[in-house]
Amino acid sequence: MIDRKNAGQEATPSGAAPAPRRRRRYRPGRGALPYLLLLPALLAELLIHLVPMATGIVMAFKQLTQFFIRDWSAAPWSGFDNFSVALEFNAPIGKALLNSFWVTCLFTLGSVGLSWLIGVAASIFTQDAFRGRGLLRAAFMLPYALPVFAAVITWSFMFQRDTGLINHLLHDQLHLTDDKPFWLIGDNSFWALLTVSVWKSWPFAFLTLTAGLQNIPRELYEAAALDGAGVWQQIRRITLPSLRPVNLVLVLVLFLWTFNDFNTPFVLFGKSAPQAADLISIHIYQSSFLTWNFGQGSAMSVLLLLFLLLVTAVYLLATNRRRGDAE
Amino acid sequence: MINPPASFRWLRRIVLLALTVFTLTPVAVMLSSSLKPLQDVQGPWRWIPSRLTFRPYVDIWTTVPLAKYFTNSLIVAGSATGLSVLIALLAGYAVSRYRFRGKKVFTVTVLSTQMFPGILFLLPLFLIFVNIGNSTGVALYGSRGGLILTYLTFSLPFSIWMLAGYLDSVPRDLDEAAAVDGCGPIRTLVQIIVPAALPGIVAVAVYAFMTAWGEVLFASVMTNDQTRTLAVGLQGYATQTDVYWNQVMAASLVVSLPVVAGFLLLQRYLVAGLTAGAVK
Repeated sequence: MIDRKNAGQEATPSGAAPAPRRRRRYRPGRGALPYLLLLPALLAELLIHLVPMATGIVMAFKQLTQFFIRDWSAAPWSGFDNFSVALEFNAPIGKALLNSFWVTCLFTLGSVGLSWLIGVAASIFTQDAFRGRGLLRAAFMLPYALPVFAAVITWSFMFQRDTGLINHLLHDQLHLTDDKPFWLIGDNSFWALLTVSVWKSWPFAFLTLTAGLQNIPRELYEAAALDGAGVWQQIRRITLPSLRPVNLVLVLVLFLWTFNDFNTPFVLFGKSAPQAADLISIHIYQSSFLTWNFGQGSAMSVLLLLFLLLVTAVYLLATNRRRGDAE
Repeated sequence: MINPPASFRWLRRIVLLALTVFTLTPVAVMLSSSLKPLQDVQGPWRWIPSRLTFRPYVDIWTTVPLAKYFTNSLIVAGSATGLSVLIALLAGYAVSRYRFRGKKVFTVTVLSTQMFPGILFLLPLFLIFVNIGNSTGVALYGSRGGLILTYLTFSLPFSIWMLAGYLDSVPRDLDEAAAVDGCGPIRTLVQIIVPAALPGIVAVAVYAFMTAWGEVLFASVMTNDQTRTLAVGLQGYATQTDVYWNQVMAASLVVSLPVVAGFLLLQRYLVAGLTAGAVK
């Protein structure tokens, strides 16, 4: 087993092609082939995902400041110091992290909730065929298809105070505000970020739910209509319960993506996100590269990972138990 | 729905119209601004350009090294896509066609890495790349190679999953017929399975390309002036003190075209693959 793994390791990920020739020469049993096929994938995952993750956890226990970037193994151990600094909520670092955590929670709640709601509405409303439905669906997928940075840059132009579309609409045309507000600094930035995030995420909910709706047999609706059920009853009694399994996965995926979102705030605000929109990923990024204290940054990342694992585990347990009860 | 009443139909019209406006407004902003002369984007917002001009589309190539960013993005995303598809195809073939010990552990581990925060990998990967460079002279940090390696891995979990699912739907009779004809497993994969699974492979390729083309976090840390990709270069363009918004919008539109075109052309396959996991 070990010999075969070593033999395969000489091949670069792209060089997996030599594997069959090798195989014919050595004629190992059939059992080795699946592992050989997996080897390039395993190596890539190890190098980019698993080893860095393990390294990150080790780094969190080190006093890894700018002086040790070139040779990080020389950094002295610091036990749980990085963690206690991050969790000292009365001191500046801990306080900022806690603020960022709450902002992220609120933001995630709002974005996932709205994206899901819009996704449900749009998928139900496009369920029946009508003229132009294909075109509409394609249009709805655009935010998902556009590169994040191009779309978010466009939003940042729309949110410009003096030249942007949003203020022109709110102030010049609808006269809703006394003065043109700033959107990309100050407290308003939270709402700007939320808008962009919902715009970007709801198409995925829409896609997933649309696929889920196709699994509901039309006879169910017909039978319900015969029994005198109105449209809203059909939606409440048939559509929504049938979407339950899809929703379970969808909400979890949206939660993880949104909670970890870095691209949107980074492109929208540049390197310094305002406090009201200081999402956790960008907070860790900024505090790591501002001070080059990678040990501290890693400790915060590990805390974030633990939180996500906890939420995911509780979520899966809760939903599994409810599914079990239903049966 | 069966026999929707008028109120439902009106609500449907209103909601779908509102969503269309919400969805397409940024696209309209991009398009209209990219055709404006500079003074139009320096004053209050206007929908219609005071006069139509294609200047921004010409100027973008000289104001910033857009061609260089474009080339970098093409090389990085293209290579990452090619390698990712190849590796995912081999792994997906193994997962779909073979029973072996550790299969479940493999798929669960690979998929769960997809869920972890990117920031968790960023700092260690940065250090690992820097240290590999210092000790072996292989420059991964700042090079396109490091970014290619990173991106191909990012799209790998989902690609393996999608391809394994797609290969499951390719009838096993084909494999058996090939085996009877004396094909080994690899020849079966190359000559029988790949042609049969081509739509799925293309969908995975588009997904991998989109992932690499749009990535910002790692590109912002792992590239230098020579290897900067569009995701970072365009942002620098938009955060200068004096922003030529008409040019930035033109550039945004140009860099979006390849992926949007690919996505819309192949949306049927992509959507099936992307949503399969949640629906099954």
